Amino acid sequence: MNFDFSDEQQELRRQAQRLLGTGCARARTQVTASASFDAALWRQAVEMGWTAAAVPEAQGGLGLGVLELCVLAEECGRALAPLPFAASVLQATQALSITQSTWPNDAAAAQWLPLLAAGEVVATVALVEPGGRLWSDAPQARVQGGRLTGTKSPVAQAAGADLAIVSARSDEDGDSFGLWLVDLRGGGTGDEAGSRSDIHRPSIHSLDLVNRHGGLRFDGAPAQRLGPPGAGPELLRRLIDSTAVLMAFEQLGSAEAALAMALAYVRQRKAFGREIASYQAVKHRLADMYVKNQLARSHAYYGAWALSTGAAELPLAAAGARLAALDAQTFATEENVQLHGGIGFTWECDAQLYYRRTRAQAIALGGRAHWAQRLVAMLARVDGNTTTAAATSA
Amino acid sequence: MNFQDTPEEAGFRAGVRAWLDQHAPGYVVPAGPKPPHAKHIRNAKAWQALKAGAGFVGIVWPKAVGGQGGTPIQQVIFQQEEQRYRLPTGVFSIGLGMCLPTLFTHGAPELAARYVPPAMRGDEIWCQLFSEPAGGSDVAAARTRAVRVAGKEGGDDEWVINGQKVWTSGAKDCDYGLLLARTDPSVPKHAGLTMFFIDMRDPAVEVRPIKSMPGESEFNEVFFTDLRISDRQRLGAPGAGWKVSLTTLMFERLAVGGRPATAPSLDDLMGLMRQSGVEPEHHAQTLARFYLNDQGIALTRLRLMTALSRGQVPGPEASISKLVVAKNLQEMAGFAQELAANAAMDFDEASPLHGFTQWQMWSAGLRIAGGTDEILRNIIAERVLGLPPEVRLDKDTPYNQLQA
Repeated sequence: MNFDFSDEQQELRRQAQRLLGTGCARARTQVTASASFDAALWRQAVEMGWTAAAVPEAQGGLGLGVLELCVLAEECGRALAPLPFAASVLQATQALSITQSTWPNDAAAAQWLPLLAAGEVVATVALVEPGGRLWSDAPQARVQGGRLTGTKSPVAQAAGADLAIVSARSDEDGDSFGLWLVDLRGGGTGDEAGSRSDIHRPSIHSLDLVNRHGGLRFDGAPAQRLGPPGAGPELLRRLIDSTAVLMAFEQLGSAEAALAMALAYVRQRKAFGREIASYQAVKHRLADMYVKNQLARSHAYYGAWALSTGAAELPLAAAGARLAALDAQTFATEENVQLHGGIGFTWECDAQLYYRRTRAQAIALGGRAHWAQRLVAMLARVDGNTTTAAATSA
Repeated sequence: MNFQDTPEEAGFRAGVRAWLDQHAPGYVVPAGPKPPHAKHIRNAKAWQALKAGAGFVGIVWPKAVGGQGGTPIQQVIFQQEEQRYRLPTGVFSIGLGMCLPTLFTHGAPELAARYVPPAMRGDEIWCQLFSEPAGGSDVAAARTRAVRVAGKEGGDDEWVINGQKVWTSGAKDCDYGLLLARTDPSVPKHAGLTMFFIDMRDPAVEVRPIKSMPGESEFNEVFFTDLRISDRQRLGAPGAGWKVSLTTLMFERLAVGGRPATAPSLDDLMGLMRQSGVEPEHHAQTLARFYLNDQGIALTRLRLMTALSRGQVPGPEASISKLVVAKNLQEMAGFAQELAANAAMDFDEASPLHGFTQWQMWSAGLRIAGGTDEILRNIIAERVLGLPPEVRLDKDTPYNQLQA
């Protein structure tokens, strides 16, 4: 039985903790920063191989695997690292890797994967449109003659990304839609006009103060097709399962950080003549946080196993990882504010950074009702046998 | 990251599986109405003797006391494989899981030589006598009194025991019991306890069954009236009883828990929904919660096994299993009853709902037995998260000056 990370992967975790710390001091600095992310920190992460980790060696990567991404995701979630790591590495690079593994001759993936691995460009996924709900929604954006027109919002790291993966329809997609790569460099940011008139980046008042979201408006921007025509839904189905698992690790890291913050505070805060950590009402809340975090960790590991081995259980394991992570992160970040009392409700208290991140991540990939429907539809289909590989060996 | 055994583990598992495939089918407890009690005990003892002969009892116990000198992961693998069959192992779980390890850890070698082999073979059954009517979660509040007296004709000192224990499983089938008693009321309560073992067949021991909520009588009260035992039946020093009782926890943690083998599963619930023509998607969030808890604990056990496989010692983290499983079972069974509506009014054993109605009751007991939900949360908060204990009024006060 080897249902845990390896010693090498744990060493990677320690390296990440040395770079990011285990608190959110850097994230707090980002709140007032004008840049979309901490460029100096990003350069260090690139040097440490984070952008190349899961990219195959043939594409200029390190050829490690998604388990390394899981470890890094957890640490980025713990520190709320002010990096485009989730958007660029966990999501966009994964989208290109999935494309590349399915259609090895895909020109767009072959062109951009080495640049992403080398950290020369920062990418994001721009799928949702104003008024839309899910990444997999059929888009209104259109591509004609290789030029994209439409609006995507909210988009993580919209202000800082060099490359976007966009869903759009074109005549060749039939009733379906496709995915496209758009080079964003030279496009404007916020009210600032860029050197290009075909790309605008309207800002929004971002709920997440660290991993900021914005909009992308395309007025005939050159777009390069990713995957074959009509492959958008299939690619996104796989990307969403992958993202659900990787985001579950980010969420787990945040939930653990919220628990650690609450633990530190209740030990230090005194009320009615004693530290509040000694009250059972407080201790039991923290115990419940611990239990939910443990369940979320177990489900996240199951998702990591399924994702790394390409197991048939991946959709089920991804849904379990997603729901358990949402459950743990929601509880831990809400109760972290609660256990801090009044100070927890102030702008200065870091509890709000985790509290906001929870909501941003709950919205970004579809909430609990959506994923519960997915999970239960799968359980019902298995027809009297929800027994999975893990449960069989248990 | 994978679910595979190491080559050594796989070899052990293959051996266990081959042996079980050959021998277990003859001892399986039939589903449906229970067999007569005496027959059940005979079957359990026969299965235990067979296991002991094959070297599958006391897997982690030292060879010096008759155990196999094996590893914790081997014990877990054996349990996993054994659970694939419905075998009558419950009769011995407390004795072999807690009482005997306490006996051979704290008792003299002669005691181990006398009592360990028959317990391993199932010839003698042991029970645990800790809980008392006035001290449920607060085990150290035990009132049962043991007073030291001079032995007859210059022999060993003796102890005279008076008092009452409660919630003793299967006491009427037991030959010996592990007893926690108060030997010094003049010191703070944790310091005045001593561990003994007693002969359950002694006429000074009276067993009275308790009829529990589901209507069964698994549990008992046990009364001691001037029970005289030899000082040789003391385990550990006088006053060291609390520490002795804590060491048994180390062994208990290897039984990593999980959903009881006979309890209904989410598959059973989905089956019930299909029969009743209810769309699972209409109850998606509720069903998802059951799945997350049930599967989450199964997966957490695999993480625990991984730690054992890597040679780590199981810690208090294992406390989360029962905390999650018991409450989840209670909610799932209640949900099933509401789904089946009036059909669930019938508590009869033949009812197709019986698994759910029965466990809707038993889960209430499971949330209390062996550490209540509240005590488990305390354990997690204090021993895992390192939070300070509740302010205690009883810790330093002599037992005989306590108000409650």
